[in-house]
Amino acid sequence: MNIFTRGFRGRKRDSSGQLPPGQYLTDDFPVLSAGPTPRISLDAWEFTVTTEQGESHRWSWAELMALPAESVTVDVHCVTRWSKLDTVWRGVSLDTLLTDIETEADFALVHSYGGYSTNLPLEDLLGGKAWVAYEYEGEELAPEHGAPARLLVPHLYFWKSAKWVRGIDLMVQDSPGFWEQLGYHDYGDPWREQRYQGD
Amino acid sequence: MDAPTTAVAVYDGNTLAGPLSEVFGVELMTAAGRCRSCGTTSQVATFRVYGPAPGFVGRCPHCEDVLLRLVRTPDALWLDFSGVSALRILIPTDSADEEQQP
Repeated sequence: MNIFTRGFRGRKRDSSGQLPPGQYLTDDFPVLSAGPTPRISLDAWEFTVTTEQGESHRWSWAELMALPAESVTVDVHCVTRWSKLDTVWRGVSLDTLLTDIETEADFALVHSYGGYSTNLPLEDLLGGKAWVAYEYEGEELAPEHGAPARLLVPHLYFWKSAKWVRGIDLMVQDSPGFWEQLGYHDYGDPWREQRYQGD
Repeated sequence: MDAPTTAVAVYDGNTLAGPLSEVFGVELMTAAGRCRSCGTTSQVATFRVYGPAPGFVGRCPHCEDVLLRLVRTPDALWLDFSGVSALRILIPTDSADEEQQP
């Protein structure tokens, strides 16, 4: 297995200037859930990318584990105003998962076990900006934080980093996800404070 | 197939009393909603409610599907009741009024 490490930082930084507007720093890892925590066995788990043509590409857990993994150290920002700096994750880059998939899509709708969904532009999943993450701080993900795997898109508000991820639909037109249907922003850039529609 | 889920709700439906009364102006805790998914009718007060942030999610106490979602943004309140196929809201009746006459 190839190991590619990206973005390690030597030591904890001073948080001044590292927080987007309206955010506060926390050392906790708050749990926000829209429903009961799904429990998915690794034998049953699969990740599916479906193109706008209806072509499906599936990975079992074993197949995901066989892909090159990356360790990344990133800041995460929740729309409920907490931020965590220098969080360490391990997972498979979406660049790796999507590399052989032919698509004309501009948008993605991410689906989770349990029914959650969130939308974002496809380009925000590419270019070393997003991962299917299965470790946090050197440990397997905890169930309440998305085990066995969650999306990690740290440059957008954390509701876009769907827990219990099960697949991505690639789409020509945008389609709002679970919270985006109820007034939350379609893009969600924390540095522009795009919390709600119209921000 | 998904494995069984844990089913620990954070709140019961009474959590929604304040925000829902803002929208409807009537008492909804004793109202009964039929789940569009499983068909079970449940009092709003018995909904399993997750939240409050990013928003409230009320789930069916029988099948756990989403019955309602409620989000308050700075200038609006968003409500999705699409998981409820019908809502029965109790209202005072004339006969009840008459019984209270001396």
